[in-house]
Amino acid sequence: MTERIVVDPVTRIEGHLRVEADIDDRGVIKDAFSSGTAVRGIEVIVKERDPRDVWAFVQRICGVCTSTHALASIRSVEDALDIKIPENAHLIRNIMNAAVFLHDHVVHFYHLHALDWVDVVSALDADPKETSKIAQSISDWSNSSPGYFKEVQNKVKKLVDSGQLGIFANGYWGHEAYKLPAEVNLMAVAHYLEALDWQKEIVKVQTILGGKNPHPHYVVGGMATPLDINSDNGIHAERLGHISQLIDQANTFINQVYIPDLLAIGSYYKDWTYGGGLNNYLSYGDFAPKDHYDIDSYRMPRGVILNGDLSKVHDIDLKDPTQVQEFIDHSWYEYKGKTQDGGLHPFDGETNLHYTGPEAPYKHLDTDQAYSWIKSPRYKGQPMETGPLARIMISYALGRKDVKTLVDDTLAKLKIPLSALQSALGRTIARGLESVLIAKWMREDMDQLLANIKNGNQVTFNASKWEPETWKKSAKGVGWIEAPRGALGHWIVIEDGKTKDYQAVVPTTWNASPRDKKGNIGAYEASLKGTPVADKKQPLEIIRIIHSFDPCLACAVHLTDLESDTQTEIRIG
Amino acid sequence: MKKQKTIYESALDQGISRRDFLKMCTALAATMGLDFSQTDNVVEAMETKKRVPVLWLQLQDCTGCSESFIRSTHPKIESVIFDMISLEYTEVLSAASGVQVESNLETVIKKYKGEYILAVEGSVPDNAGYLMVGGKSAKDTFIRAAENAKAVISYGSCASWGGIPAAYPNPTKAKPITKLVKNTPVILVPGCPPIAEVMTGVIAHIITFGEIPELDVAGRPKAFYRHRIHDKCNRRAYFDAGLFVESFDDEGAKQGYCLYKVGCKGPTTYNSCAEMRWNGGTSYPIQSGNPCIGCSESNFWDNGPFFTRRAKVPGTQITINPDKVGVAVLGATAAGVAIHGAATVAKKKHDEKIRGEE
Repeated sequence: MTERIVVDPVTRIEGHLRVEADIDDRGVIKDAFSSGTAVRGIEVIVKERDPRDVWAFVQRICGVCTSTHALASIRSVEDALDIKIPENAHLIRNIMNAAVFLHDHVVHFYHLHALDWVDVVSALDADPKETSKIAQSISDWSNSSPGYFKEVQNKVKKLVDSGQLGIFANGYWGHEAYKLPAEVNLMAVAHYLEALDWQKEIVKVQTILGGKNPHPHYVVGGMATPLDINSDNGIHAERLGHISQLIDQANTFINQVYIPDLLAIGSYYKDWTYGGGLNNYLSYGDFAPKDHYDIDSYRMPRGVILNGDLSKVHDIDLKDPTQVQEFIDHSWYEYKGKTQDGGLHPFDGETNLHYTGPEAPYKHLDTDQAYSWIKSPRYKGQPMETGPLARIMISYALGRKDVKTLVDDTLAKLKIPLSALQSALGRTIARGLESVLIAKWMREDMDQLLANIKNGNQVTFNASKWEPETWKKSAKGVGWIEAPRGALGHWIVIEDGKTKDYQAVVPTTWNASPRDKKGNIGAYEASLKGTPVADKKQPLEIIRIIHSFDPCLACAVHLTDLESDTQTEIRIG
Repeated sequence: MKKQKTIYESALDQGISRRDFLKMCTALAATMGLDFSQTDNVVEAMETKKRVPVLWLQLQDCTGCSESFIRSTHPKIESVIFDMISLEYTEVLSAASGVQVESNLETVIKKYKGEYILAVEGSVPDNAGYLMVGGKSAKDTFIRAAENAKAVISYGSCASWGGIPAAYPNPTKAKPITKLVKNTPVILVPGCPPIAEVMTGVIAHIITFGEIPELDVAGRPKAFYRHRIHDKCNRRAYFDAGLFVESFDDEGAKQGYCLYKVGCKGPTTYNSCAEMRWNGGTSYPIQSGNPCIGCSESNFWDNGPFFTRRAKVPGTQITINPDKVGVAVLGATAAGVAIHGAATVAKKKHDEKIRGEE
């Protein structure tokens, strides 16, 4: 006999996610269902708009991975209109994207995910002297004295004593799935607070180069922020120095706090090997040193791995109509008036809202029917996992030296095999390891930008195709980037200077997708299967695994491609 | 239930010295745009008030407002959530998920009826099926939480005006939350997202003075939305002198000329960007060479395009030709006055419209 349990809302994520899981009488998850429960509809809103404005609209798909959708969008327009951007603009975009990655990964680890591994209340039992010893044995980070940890412990104590636990209220404290000693819990809580302070600093890279964060500004054709080291209104030595300092601080924080914490926590959970899932991995690739169209030069490579077979990395072509397709068999949409049909490539994509789910309030979704606002993207018919684990696996399979060294060292430290990475913990480790590399690339790109300026190159914008009169009558383009959560693609069709069609296929759409017609389940659903749940009323194991993907639901379900003249056809419930 | 501590007591307990506590109060007073002499009021309030329970609901949103909130520099976000307020429900930071976090929400509504603050980001769709949380209509949950709150803070342009979900053709028939609140005071804090220190400043004001800040006719705190960005813009002198950026990265852009002709909406946008700037005062879009898109204004998504300045100021009959603005200094001043006049008329009409709808 199985019992259906529900986690809704899944918190410490972006957006509105519901998970239903069938648990057998041994307490093991037999089947799982992931549902996006909100929809807005941004792609229809950008129709008929000026393609140069679209980045601002689609940027609002997500305020967590802020700027990733803006970057994908301007790249799609530049691809469609064949606009080449100056090298400096490319470097500035890389530096801004790296800032998002590092902010996102650190905030994910400490503020969204850590509490699945770290028992905050247990930190009260810690001996601060022992915590200090542990901290000093794993890192040179200077905030490591017994007095420092005592002060943090006092903060937690006073919070608990006040009776107002705030964000920590009603957590699963004391759950048997928490394995860390009190001393390590205390160290992690201290770094939770330090990371909360640090995260507001790294985003200043985006503020200097894009004016604000969240939601910095971009422009098709380059960057609007002018470089001029001899103007009080350009990016000059003070501004460049500020960015440099933030990059160096990021490298320090990641190498001295994030990574040592990750390894310390990981060492206590290395036997908890659940949460692997599909073993199909997808990356579009990104972080070219000079030119985004030089795909071979990507420091974060492109590729596809199927069934965990690392001996073969397949290629992917985003414009091939047979490769990336979206299906709606279990989603609340229609294709041309039909609830089920084949898949559509994003250039031909459409999304008409068709809610057939239960009326509120409800206990369970009917998962035999449509059960999510998320569509099911597939690569040649296969569901894929995308994100840090996919990128690390693809880099590893391609024999990338930097990744291989980092991964092999980490596996040796934890005394685990490569296959152990195919788990929730592995996903979390992969996220940390790629942060090390991205922080390094960020420094490299900054150094290159400084070298260019020194050589007299301060150009950031190509104005030659700014005016719509210079554009082809009709054009199609794809913009791809690697976002913190994985492969992100935007497909635009431009006609007569306006946006005719627009589709985005987003990392969380890949990962959180419901099953397709053939019954292929998505990455979240696959990762939960076979996991034992100790206490059905407190399913910590479920949220731990789901959080390892770093869900971003507003991204996944922003899709609506509603023709204004078919609005009356929307049928509800 | 243990006796709750005041903010000052909990600050002392956390090892914060009296001196640091007073510094924090001074910073708070500055954040709220208060005169230095008012610091004493802040100190007194912080010494005697308990941490106010706050529920934070996310509706049709992108979490950008929550993200901005956690970037607050003064007060630091750690102070806000551990010393000033007790954030009992947030989909971003709450440790608890599912039934446990939903029960936090219910507990606060029941136990602190009329005492808690409800913070909201995101718009509300027409149909429950477009937005469910916990198997319930998020709209119904919002209405119930708002009815029992001391005040509602409407964070961001989606909650305040409808925002991007409500942009043409508004596929989910999204509405601002103001349409659904009857008897609870609502403070609008628009922006996409709002500036972090404006977000925490509003909370600090309520806690410190035990009352909601003075609002303008549109419902925004005067301390943060009294002026157009244009009024305090660092490029303003170039506007007055008639010196404009013609194309990004041109010589004018490098010199910091006015961005009006590449679409800047600063002259018609009420916000603190030019005054407080973003991310701890680091910069703001115009300073970094980007035209303002007017993200704190009602309906700004449909007042584009962003990179072209309409010859006609929206909502008025007054037209101006950007190419002729500021040909000579005298002309520039006259045109500048005309634009300000036009913007004021537009603003006034807009405010009247809002009042009419109430």
